[in-house]
Amino acid sequence: MDIRVTSDKDVVHARQQGRALAIELGFSASDATLIATAISELTRNIVTYAGSGVVSLRRVTGPTGLGLTIEAVDQGPGIADIDRALRDGYSSSGGLGLGLPGVRRLMDDFRIESGPGRGTSVTVTKWHR
Amino acid sequence: MAKDKQESREATQPVGDAAGLPRSDTTAALLRELVAHLRQNRNLLREEWVVRIVEARLLTAMTREEIFAEATSVYDSYVEALETGTFEALQAYARNLSERIIPRGVETHEVVGIVLLLRDVLARSLFAKYQADFEKLNRILDAYEPAANRIANTVAVGFVQERERVIRQQQEAIRELSTPVLQVRERLLILPIIGVIDPQRARQLTEQLLRGIRTNRAKVVVIDITGVAAMDATVANHLVQTVEASRLLGATVIVTGLSPEIAQTLVTIGVDLGKMNTVGDLQGGIEQAERLLGYKVGPLG
Amino acid sequence: MQVPILKQGPFLIATIQAALTDADLEQLRSALLERVVRFRSLGVIVDVTAMDVMDSYASRILLQISHMIRLRGTETVIVGIQPEVAFAMVQLGLTLEDVPTALDLEEGLAHLQQKFATGSGAPGP
Repeated sequence: MDIRVTSDKDVVHARQQGRALAIELGFSASDATLIATAISELTRNIVTYAGSGVVSLRRVTGPTGLGLTIEAVDQGPGIADIDRALRDGYSSSGGLGLGLPGVRRLMDDFRIESGPGRGTSVTVTKWHR
Repeated sequence: MAKDKQESREATQPVGDAAGLPRSDTTAALLRELVAHLRQNRNLLREEWVVRIVEARLLTAMTREEIFAEATSVYDSYVEALETGTFEALQAYARNLSERIIPRGVETHEVVGIVLLLRDVLARSLFAKYQADFEKLNRILDAYEPAANRIANTVAVGFVQERERVIRQQQEAIRELSTPVLQVRERLLILPIIGVIDPQRARQLTEQLLRGIRTNRAKVVVIDITGVAAMDATVANHLVQTVEASRLLGATVIVTGLSPEIAQTLVTIGVDLGKMNTVGDLQGGIEQAERLLGYKVGPLG
Repeated sequence: MQVPILKQGPFLIATIQAALTDADLEQLRSALLERVVRFRSLGVIVDVTAMDVMDSYASRILLQISHMIRLRGTETVIVGIQPEVAFAMVQLGLTLEDVPTALDLEEGLAHLQQKFATGSGAPGP
């Protein structure tokens, strides 16, 4: 499922879709909340830093069973120093700076690809326990 | 091991040519003869086997009658496996047997022991029968041994698999049991944590506590970690998160029984112990909790 | 979606009834500030029982509300955070540190009443 993200309304819509999919895949209420929260953080980053982008929600299968993958892609300015962005307490918009490290803690797998002028793509997965 | 494999490979081929024997005298024929012998002497051999089991002090959790009944079934399945060369029935029986005897505390070595004893009893009876014809005895044993090894293996593996399944189930149950959220007074919960905490258990514990706070409308929680010997940084982080999440629900957490080692871990990962509400022991923690709740502090009723 | 704000004696109660967009949250912040000034309220309760996600932005707005209102000597209590939401919040590192919290509206009101009845204010949980 691909959801176009351009405003704060889409943030709410995307995380509601994510929660519904998580429940459908048999995740616990607690895991569904972690997933919805991660979607909220990732899509807000899109709105705040890139203006627009797409978030894809997918059911995946791995060695341990079912999972839900969130892929948030934008064509925004990108992140120059990824290591720094993944450290707690850093944010280029002067906020709380908890976005990416927090999302990493909410989910099981975390991958980011970004660079100045290349946009940003964050792919995270939560596995069914 | 390598020897076993070699033996079984040979056993599946006619052994006749090399020894210069008639082609019809194959492994299958030998096994048929063997099976006939075991059927004929069923009562005797079965009885002898049971005597040996009792002498060896195996299956002590079972009565002699029970041992006899199980021995009969195993014996028949054993002969059947020799006859048909298929092990499914034996495997199913081994699993069924394991399911019944594991709750009674029967150990892996006992199950392996009785199967090896049966192998021995049967081998001795073959010696007795064929001792006059040494060459035939050798061929019979060559045919018998690989099959007997495979049977012993099947039964032992079946038992171990079943045992592992039971252990996994029990671990799940213990996990649930070992994180009890106790309500000692209205609005006061105690969470005594005992044993080893891994990240999975830490998470389960946190979720259980948070639900407990909500359903019991708890205002104060005492988490007692006297029974926790060690804590790595990951689990220490979970403890801190549990304290913070409880507060978000409106409950104050008091941590008791913090060992100097764990306190050290918490400081190392950057926890401000001054911000964490800690009291030396559980009794002191409960007293402080009661003060927070406005109870008059006295001995626990 | 606008968040209804109810005046109950010296206190204000804002009950969030559905998922809020960032704009809704910002609107709540200015509405609460305006009313605290207008009614000289002693305390504010924000009931978040219906929120199924509390992300860093929502958490930041709640902190701002609490801090701004505190400058006028008014205390904010956040009530009704759900267990799963609390669990996700602490994973994100969001602890609403130094903002009083309570289980639900009833507890929140009890907290404020106790605080203002005793004058100096008993430390809340």
